[in-house]
Amino acid sequence: MSVTSVLDVKDLTIKYANFPAVDNISFDVQQGDCLGIVGPNGAGKTTLFRAILGLQSFSGNIKLFGYDNSKYNSIIPLIGYVPQKVTFEPNFPATVSDVVSMGLISDKRIVKGAKLIQECGCCWNRIYQSIKKNDDKITQALHTVGLESLRDRRIGELSGGELQRVFIAKALVKDPLLLILDEPVASVDVESQTKFYNVIKTINEQNNITVIWSSHDLDAISKYANRVACMNKKLYFHGEKEKFFSDKELLKTYTESSMQMHMHDHNHDMH
Amino acid sequence: MILEALSYAFMQKALIAGVAVGIICSFMGTFLVLRRYSLFGDGIAHVAFGGISVGLFLGVFPLWTAFIVSILGGLGLQKLRQSTKISGDAAVAVVLSSGFAVGVILVSASGGFSVDLFSFLFGSILLISDEDLIMILTISTGVIATLILLQKQFLHLTFNEEQAKLGGLQTTLLNYAFVILAAITVVTSFRLVGMLLISALVVIPNITAMMYGKGFKKTVGISLGISVFSVISGILVSYFFNVAASGTIVIIAVGILIGTLVLKSTGILRKVDIKTPSKITHNS
Repeated sequence: MSVTSVLDVKDLTIKYANFPAVDNISFDVQQGDCLGIVGPNGAGKTTLFRAILGLQSFSGNIKLFGYDNSKYNSIIPLIGYVPQKVTFEPNFPATVSDVVSMGLISDKRIVKGAKLIQECGCCWNRIYQSIKKNDDKITQALHTVGLESLRDRRIGELSGGELQRVFIAKALVKDPLLLILDEPVASVDVESQTKFYNVIKTINEQNNITVIWSSHDLDAISKYANRVACMNKKLYFHGEKEKFFSDKELLKTYTESSMQMHMHDHNHDMH
Repeated sequence: MILEALSYAFMQKALIAGVAVGIICSFMGTFLVLRRYSLFGDGIAHVAFGGISVGLFLGVFPLWTAFIVSILGGLGLQKLRQSTKISGDAAVAVVLSSGFAVGVILVSASGGFSVDLFSFLFGSILLISDEDLIMILTISTGVIATLILLQKQFLHLTFNEEQAKLGGLQTTLLNYAFVILAAITVVTSFRLVGMLLISALVVIPNITAMMYGKGFKKTVGISLGISVFSVISGILVSYFFNVAASGTIVIIAVGILIGTLVLKSTGILRKVDIKTPSKITHNS
């Protein structure tokens, strides 16, 4: 049985007013991968994720589980996505449990998407099982991110780190085949970061969920990812992490460009 | 005294219709307030006035034209927001004035209608006919059933539309279903409380309920409780003191809001910040 990539990106270009945000990049992601995408601010990481999720127009080709965007309505619910920013009303009357349960709404469509993947003889041994009751699924997802005790807490009362784990639980509750996380620890304290990375490791290794996450934290990438993509509009590297971290020239270029971007942002903020 | 009041058929009909309208307004209002559509009720009620004028002008049953014109107005409002990126309040202002302008033109062109337009402006809850009551109960049942059926989808859509879309929801269809349902709710209700006061029944019980800091289901429950209590007590008080029922209902709801604010400021209610003007942006 041939193995189809979870994600296959070919010659992808995305432009904003004729300026390329993503410039002709190609890469693939296999089942079970934990791909860390590094790149400075403005490198096009979020734009890339939005294109993968069908929220952004592009030229080139993106295939998820072997299907192009004509099947996105069925495929997208199989993906758990935690964006860099989630905006909601501060007084929103929803508990942690309410928010996590939102991930279960499209249950029927998830089953339809899973069937589509199996019927077409793709690669999956994994069979989607929707036998657990919704409540059990919510409890399990909250357990995975360590938030069972906050189940009935209103979301407006949570810290940044707790909110981040709520949104991961929301993404996990539908048993995704692919989890995409956009700079998930950007504004979280060190202790919460460690908890988060351990959650991601468990999800990836024990639950065999393919993970793609973007980060500026090279230490975390070196510890928790098994593959690395380095981009700054163009793709400069894609492959095994050992290869990335052994390429001193590439690392130096990345660190310098990140530092320059950081200084630029800092000066911009000062003004 | 209360038993005497309840023995009158007009009071019974007013209470039953009032409770039904109180339930649909506060239930629908939860989503309208959270989606920053608080003035949607006002906008659609003004459009409904235009619709009633069209019906009277053409000589057809005005409530049906009110429903049709209001649903079209709601869909137009949605389209205006989506395709032109006009903000929600500005879109409501455009639709509100357009609908009202049509009504004013048709009224003046006809030299004034014989019907009591005053009752449309301020409501006529004590003048409910049997036919009105049946219609209100039928439509309210349909609205409540649809809201229960779609509440999770509407909650997700309200919480974050992009996330809802990625969750596999048909957000465009749901948005249209939402405005149609809201328009039906407003037109069903505004004859009772009047087009100038409909927003109060949609908004006030909900912002009061949200101060209690509960989850979605409990907030909806508290809002329904406040709404139904305001309607029943408002009708009874208006009967005993011979004042306008719609105004009394709204004043009682406002009283509960003020009472809740006092409880909150004295620390009896759990402290929950009310920051409706801005949104939380969680940078994960």
